Amino acid sequence: MNPRGVGAIYRFEMARWRRTLWQSLVAPVITTALYFLVFGSAIGSRMSDMAGIDFGSFIVPGLILLSVLTQSIANASFGIYFPKFTGTIYEILSAPLSPIETVTAYVGAAVTKSVILALVTLVTATLFVDVTVDHPLLMVLFLVLISVGFCLLGFFIGLLANSFEQLQFIPLLVVTPLTFLGGIFYSVAALAEPWRTVTLANPIVYLVSGYRWTFYSVEDVPLWTSLLAMGLAIAVPLAAIAWIFRTGKRLKQ
Amino acid sequence: MSETVIAIEGLEKAYAGGTRALKGVDLTIDKGEIFALLGPNGAGKTTLISIVCGIVTKTGGSVAVFGHDIEGDYRAARTRIGLVPQELTTDAFETVWDTVAFSRGLFGKPRDDAYLEQLLKRLTLWDKRKARMMELSGGMKRRVMIAKALSHQPDILFLDEPTAGVDVELRRDMWELVRKLQADGTTIILTTHYIEEAEEMADRVGVIANGELVALGRKDELMAQLGRRTFKLFLDQPMTSLPDGLSDWSLRLDDDGATLCYDFDSHAAETGIPQLMRKLDELGIAWRDLTTRQSSLEDIFVSLVHQGDRS
Ligand SMILES: Nc1ncnc2c1ncn2[C@@H]1O[C@H](COP(=O)(O)OP(=O)(O)OP(=O)(O)O)[C@@H](O)[C@H]1O
Ligand SMILES: [Mg+2]
Repeated sequence: MNPRGVGAIYRFEMARWRRTLWQSLVAPVITTALYFLVFGSAIGSRMSDMAGIDFGSFIVPGLILLSVLTQSIANASFGIYFPKFTGTIYEILSAPLSPIETVTAYVGAAVTKSVILALVTLVTATLFVDVTVDHPLLMVLFLVLISVGFCLLGFFIGLLANSFEQLQFIPLLVVTPLTFLGGIFYSVAALAEPWRTVTLANPIVYLVSGYRWTFYSVEDVPLWTSLLAMGLAIAVPLAAIAWIFRTGKRLKQ
Repeated sequence: MSETVIAIEGLEKAYAGGTRALKGVDLTIDKGEIFALLGPNGAGKTTLISIVCGIVTKTGGSVAVFGHDIEGDYRAARTRIGLVPQELTTDAFETVWDTVAFSRGLFGKPRDDAYLEQLLKRLTLWDKRKARMMELSGGMKRRVMIAKALSHQPDILFLDEPTAGVDVELRRDMWELVRKLQADGTTIILTTHYIEEAEEMADRVGVIANGELVALGRKDELMAQLGRRTFKLFLDQPMTSLPDGLSDWSLRLDDDGATLCYDFDSHAAETGIPQLMRKLDELGIAWRDLTTRQSSLEDIFVSLVHQGDRS
């Protein structure tokens, strides 16, 4: 075991994040605040309630997740891709670290950033709309689980990527659309068929529903399916990373 | 018998593209020696170092560092190794101090500011400790790379072409440091293109060409073999054959008999040249010009590789 090595990478990643705090924290918070302002305060007042909750409040958990999912992938994929790109990866590869330790360090740092981002966004939201959190402990727990899943996905993308374009590709073409269509702005129950059934095929619906439940105790899909989705969101990228380390040679020639 | 710190047996590397960069290399490195790996571009020097350090995966053979297999027991092996890679790759926004402290932590060593201070002073980087990497010159960056490699007090130090792009002064400093490290018991393996550099620094030299170790031995023995010069006399009158009186020297005729060539060992006590000149005088062989030329590295590699082919 090399806990000091894990700590060194973790601190390095956090220091990089602090240096670019504007880009990595302030900018996403401002973007989300604009959503609260436009959809929550401005349009929200003219929208009917969703599942019995004021529209402005209803969209808060989903918008937090939108920001967490994109930033988790961005942070974690960049964290491992950048040393590959500059060549400083040589030092990580030559260090006495196991693959599990390397993943823990990079993903751990990315998860920390995501959780801080989510909490800052939540506080910002309270400036614009009414927010209640019925299950605060579970709110944090779900947030951590979802962040771990998407940071692992980001790490996997960073391992595979051979260019900055590829780094942008999956977040832009897959995750952002799925998140937008994942029930952030509406309750799935409010949709007409066939859109209702189509939407239920989107895994992010389950995450949003479960996370919103921790705020307002309302759910689009049964809570156990949300927990299952969180489990899968961690297990699938973890298995993919393990597979790469065992067979592929993405980091080493 | 001195202790073996690195044991390499039958090491093979075929890159994904099909390049066979190493073709069964056997090599042992002894504790406390300075070993120079000499070879032309593309010989496989960096590949060999990268495999021992865990950056490239071997496709055959075995490597043990202090008896620890580099794959089965990689932690024990890697903790004892420091590497200064050929390319200067650094985190542009990190400060000198942070990047060196990072390296130490990465290799699992507890924080030790006093040691890092002493290390940075030794490499004349102390004044620059708060500077960001991008603010440093190439030579300073290379010193930081050395500081990073030494940050965890390794027993083995790899220097991959340490003098590429380095001025005379830094080169001298670097050799001084290497000697001090050796005095402290560190084993040093360096790669170079230059025979002179290997000659100046190393205790033992290995010559690698096309992924094969074509010569290996103590520096003095090998230098005798490598340090051949060719002495050329441009004759007034071309000769069709060598006169009998010159049979003591292994001479050959070139340019249709217009040039007399003599290969000699520049390190030998007796080169035989004065005697040859007197003999030519006696025989009345006139010449108008002469040159002596160090066999180039390419010549040497070619001859070594051919020797390898024959045996
Ligand atoms: N990542 C790689 N993928 C494919 N082939 C490679 C790779 N790295 C090196 N090679 C090939 O392996 C051979 C040995 O390369 P290597 O870098 O080990 O040589 P070297 O002796 O260090 O050369 P130099 O003196 O130029 O640094 C070369 O033919 C090179 O083209
Ligand atoms: Mg090289």
